Amino acid sequence: MSLISRYLEDNGIPTVVAASARDIVETCGVPRLLFTDFPLGNPCGEPGDVAQQRRIAAMAMELFESADRPRTTQQTPFQWSKGDGWKSRVFTQEQPWQTPEIKNAWLEKKALYRKLKDKGGA
Amino acid sequence: MSYVRYIDRTSAYYRAEGYDKPYQWAEFDEVPFTPLKKPLAESRLALVSTSEIASRAWADQRLPLERGEVANVYPVATDTPVEELYSRTHSYDMNATTLDDVNSFFPVTRLAELAAAGRIGSLAPTAYGVYNAYSKNKTLGTDAPEVLRGCSEEGVDIALLVPV
Repeated sequence: MSLISRYLEDNGIPTVVAASARDIVETCGVPRLLFTDFPLGNPCGEPGDVAQQRRIAAMAMELFESADRPRTTQQTPFQWSKGDGWKSRVFTQEQPWQTPEIKNAWLEKKALYRKLKDKGGA
Repeated sequence: MSYVRYIDRTSAYYRAEGYDKPYQWAEFDEVPFTPLKKPLAESRLALVSTSEIASRAWADQRLPLERGEVANVYPVATDTPVEELYSRTHSYDMNATTLDDVNSFFPVTRLAELAAAGRIGSLAPTAYGVYNAYSKNKTLGTDAPEVLRGCSEEGVDIALLVPV
């Protein structure tokens, strides 16, 4: 997604990336990043919290206006309502990222992509 | 507590799973920057998402890739009733959260509100779903130009990109 941000920006379209994987986006380097320190999946606000989602959407718009140089990162002020415990568990051997069924489905999708790529399409 | 360093964390995780070669995340020194050309209130905004967003109203629920097509970019009408939208991705922290609320990752209702309030000029009729291609060349060579072409056709001025 960061690559697409860079491409659009190169072609005259200002972008904001709203994300929760700060290091991945900043390593690639984008013009404007709105970072929310949440588990992967809800970078636009917690499920069901409409007021918070509105604040985050508003901050994304403000970032279009306020950023005056590339690599501008702004962090939203929100903390995950159930605490930060997820941070020490995510991507650890104690807590598998995916269930075996879901991992298999994911691997199948990846294999399909590879097949299409070998055909010269993707 | 500081934020999670996913590059280090996932690299260690997949090494323990038996994958020897860590994924090479894109890394650049130079970053482009385009200033706003006009006020937000006059700008048309496009939404771009890697959430594998899909609509229950589609005759075929599968994404182009799952149908065996090579297309990695597909359109989603932003006036689709939000109740019909859902995500097909498995790439989120399912131990910590859910994707049950579409606006938590594909903020189409929130953006429509901003357009209705006049904060932005309009929300572009088409949003773009982009499938994770696991290929920087593919993303930059094919997918990004396709998103740009769609944006140009609809007179898009600015874009909000949301990776899941």
